[in-house]
Amino acid sequence: MASALLYDRLQFAFTATFHYLFPQLTMGLALLIVYLKSRALWTGNDHYHQVARFWIKIFAISFAFGVVTGIPLEFQFGTNWARFSNYAGGVIGQTLGMEGLFAFFLESSFLGILLFGEEKLGPRVHWLASVMLLLGSWLSGWLIIATNAWMQHPVAYRMAADGTLHVTSLSGLFTNDWLLWQYPHNMAASVATASFVMAGVGAYYRLSGAHDLYARTFLRTGLVAAALASFLLLFPTGHEAGKQVFTYQPATGAAFEGVFHNEKGAGIVLVGQPNMDTLTIDNAITVPWVLSILVYQRAKAEVRGLDAFPRETWPDNVPLLYYAYHIMIVLGTIFVAMTGTALVWLWRGKLFDCPWLLWILMLSAPLPYIATTAGWMTAELGRQPWLVYGLLRTADGASPLVSSGNALFTLLGFMSLYTLLGLLFLFLIFDTINKGPAASQQPQPAAGDR
Amino acid sequence: METLWFAIVALMLAIYVVLDGFDFGTGIVYLFVACTDAERRTALQAIEPVWDGNEVWLIASGGLLFMAFPRVYAAGFSGFYLALMLVLWLLILRGIALPMRSHLANPLWRTFWDCIFAGASLLLAIVLGAALGNLIRGVPLNAEGYFFAALWTDFLPGPVPGILDWYTLLMGLEGAAILAVHGANYLAMKTDGPVRDRAGRIATLGLWAVLALTVASLMAIPFVQPGLRRNYDAHPIGYVLPVLVLGTLASLFYWRRRQQDGASFLASSLLIFGLLGSTAWGLYPNLLISTVHPTHSLTVSNAAASPEGLRTALGWFLVGFSLVVAYSLYVYRCFRGKVVLSKDERPGM
Ligand code: HDD
Ligand code: HEM
Ligand code: HEM
Repeated sequence: MASALLYDRLQFAFTATFHYLFPQLTMGLALLIVYLKSRALWTGNDHYHQVARFWIKIFAISFAFGVVTGIPLEFQFGTNWARFSNYAGGVIGQTLGMEGLFAFFLESSFLGILLFGEEKLGPRVHWLASVMLLLGSWLSGWLIIATNAWMQHPVAYRMAADGTLHVTSLSGLFTNDWLLWQYPHNMAASVATASFVMAGVGAYYRLSGAHDLYARTFLRTGLVAAALASFLLLFPTGHEAGKQVFTYQPATGAAFEGVFHNEKGAGIVLVGQPNMDTLTIDNAITVPWVLSILVYQRAKAEVRGLDAFPRETWPDNVPLLYYAYHIMIVLGTIFVAMTGTALVWLWRGKLFDCPWLLWILMLSAPLPYIATTAGWMTAELGRQPWLVYGLLRTADGASPLVSSGNALFTLLGFMSLYTLLGLLFLFLIFDTINKGPAASQQPQPAAGDR
Repeated sequence: METLWFAIVALMLAIYVVLDGFDFGTGIVYLFVACTDAERRTALQAIEPVWDGNEVWLIASGGLLFMAFPRVYAAGFSGFYLALMLVLWLLILRGIALPMRSHLANPLWRTFWDCIFAGASLLLAIVLGAALGNLIRGVPLNAEGYFFAALWTDFLPGPVPGILDWYTLLMGLEGAAILAVHGANYLAMKTDGPVRDRAGRIATLGLWAVLALTVASLMAIPFVQPGLRRNYDAHPIGYVLPVLVLGTLASLFYWRRRQQDGASFLASSLLIFGLLGSTAWGLYPNLLISTVHPTHSLTVSNAAASPEGLRTALGWFLVGFSLVVAYSLYVYRCFRGKVVLSKDERPGM
């Protein structure tokens, strides 16, 4: 069933990547909305209520798409990865079960209040609902990343007589070294997405001369958050996540950086294409020592290259992994430079009248989506050929009886349905942005009577 | 411990069917019950703030099944592969139909999404019923504990049945009928005026279908799964559950005649509990019955996670479940009473 495995993998990769486009915006926006609502409640300034109302609408659209694309993921562990589910269910069943019970209920219950309850229940309850949503969505992120981190670096398990894994301690799962950097890194990325989008919409309004008051708030809030998040993404979270990989998955780390042979004082490759035949980097531009310093804090430290490991434990798509990693890093560096510059302009009071910077901000709104997707490809391709690192190979995790014809059928089904979803999402979002915050000025109508 | 988790998963699923059932039901009947745009918006407003929360009961049940009985989760989900994928696609379409519909005021656009919503709701209700039918009839589990069921084979419940055969189809229709009545009761309870009157009439009509289908499917059980009676004979106290089914069915006719919408809704909820409860009582200790050989069946003892895992999970389950009940009650309280249509449309979403 070799080809069934291929379709299973493609289907999971496609549906997970697509799903994650939505939560990455909602988790970050949840934080910004709580900030806006708190500010409104604190100062009594209605402007912030209105700003929050607009972003709640964007939030709701993204949330709805996040929900419908999330349900398939939860099911696919069973449908496409039955052997894996049977093997690891005794561990990751815990985190996935908790996610449903603790996070999803919290989110979906209070979303109703956030969307339909403002007029009826008053500003305080409405604020509370936004806090609960923040809590729910960040908890959801925590539990799912805990699942993913366990697959990257399994801890707190024991093997039963029949070869299946079982959890030994919940606290062990939640203090996984891997999780403790992966989570903050991922959440910073989520805040970056939301704040880039907020600043981008502000820049768009400002450039088109519409909704001026809102444009300024969006730009100011979005930019400050974006600068903070970008910085945190590089340091400490990205840096530490990278060190983590070199510690626990050394072959993966070597593939990230395109290091094929052991090197003392390894440099970092800025540009270059991995050549899998000669096991070198073509057209390399390298800065000496930097990699050794980043990983081991010593310029002369030795970095192990891929050929120090048996070939069958190499990630199975080294070039793609290398590119995904470099796309993430390059974009992260650009984000810091860009938001830093824009902050200076904001501070000097020149940002709102600086068209070229506004253009840049507007056009970079999609970039964090690209960086995040590249980041997940880094993480997931880097784990290959393992499904549970060091324990279960991806090839041994798929469902035994799902034939390739059936898997291809559903893969194509998901592709068509998600293309449609993507188009509808873009239509809803752009339409909402174009109607502008003014359209959401009336308080939300009540859904019922007291 | 395993038995407790069997009960917990069954309870979660039953709550799911009762809650999401009324919004499926609303979807099934609302094209007939609500005719003008204002009426349709009223009907939808009755479910809008809560349907997403209702759906989470499914996700949470799935998660808990995964935790407690990984083998069943693995075997069942990969075995019902095609059916589950269809369910997913229907859930997706249904989930976006509501926000889509309210985004534009164009009548064609609205009719389109109304039909998607209603069609997906109807099909999902049929699938839920058929799923129950599959659990009762059993599936072709092999010695390794896996199976793969085609959508249909020869429509006969033999040793290698399809997901749809005459029995599961019958159960599917039963599911659709019950949820339609359930949803109509809910709408009648939450609305006023013509919508309420029509919903009441549909519920009364639907009851006759429910009665006929229930009798038919009860009579079919001895042909399909004679083993279901074993637990009842061993522990006659279990007969309380089927009696509850018949009792609530009778009371439904009574309350509908009296036009007591609230009581009818309560009765249809109990009816669903009773049906699922009776099934669970009959199935125990099996989770998935093998039609190939009884020893291949997955039971609470050969499919459960480790005892310490189950114990750990019980701790967080009790905390989580109390929280969930608390804020579900709170949300339903916030939106209690009859729907009053808001004057202005929600702009945007
Ligand atoms: C805006 C998005 C973004 C940006 C700018 C960065 N990252 Fe990232 N990165 C992610 C978004 C992301 C992510 C999508 O959120 C990932 C995927 C898995 C995860 O938890 O976070 C991730 C994973 C990830 C991993 C893989 C961890 C694993 O294998 O599980 C490493 C090593 C790094 N990152 C390192 C960095 C470094 C050194 C960066 C800066 C130079 C950086 N990331 C910028
Ligand atoms: C924490 C939750 C996640 C879990 C438990 C998880 C698990 C999995 C599993 C089971 C596979 C299939 C087996 C394999 O090929 O390795 C996979 C592959 C993949 N996932 Fe994830 N995933 C998670 C999150 C994500 C997210 C959010 C994304 C993208 C944004 C993503 C991107 C991918 C990609 C690109 C692959 C394909 C890798 C390959 O097949 O070579 N994953 N993941
Ligand atoms: C393969 C792994 C994943 C699975 C099985 C999964 C499952 C789900 C499910 C079932 C939902 C719908 C919940 C509802 O009805 O309210 C959902 C939504 C959500 N997921 Fe995922 N998910 C995965 C990956 C991720 C990742 C990696 C993150 C973030 C780190 C994430 C964060 C969220 C959030 C915040 C929501 C709420 C809806 C939203 O904000 O769009 N998910 N997910």
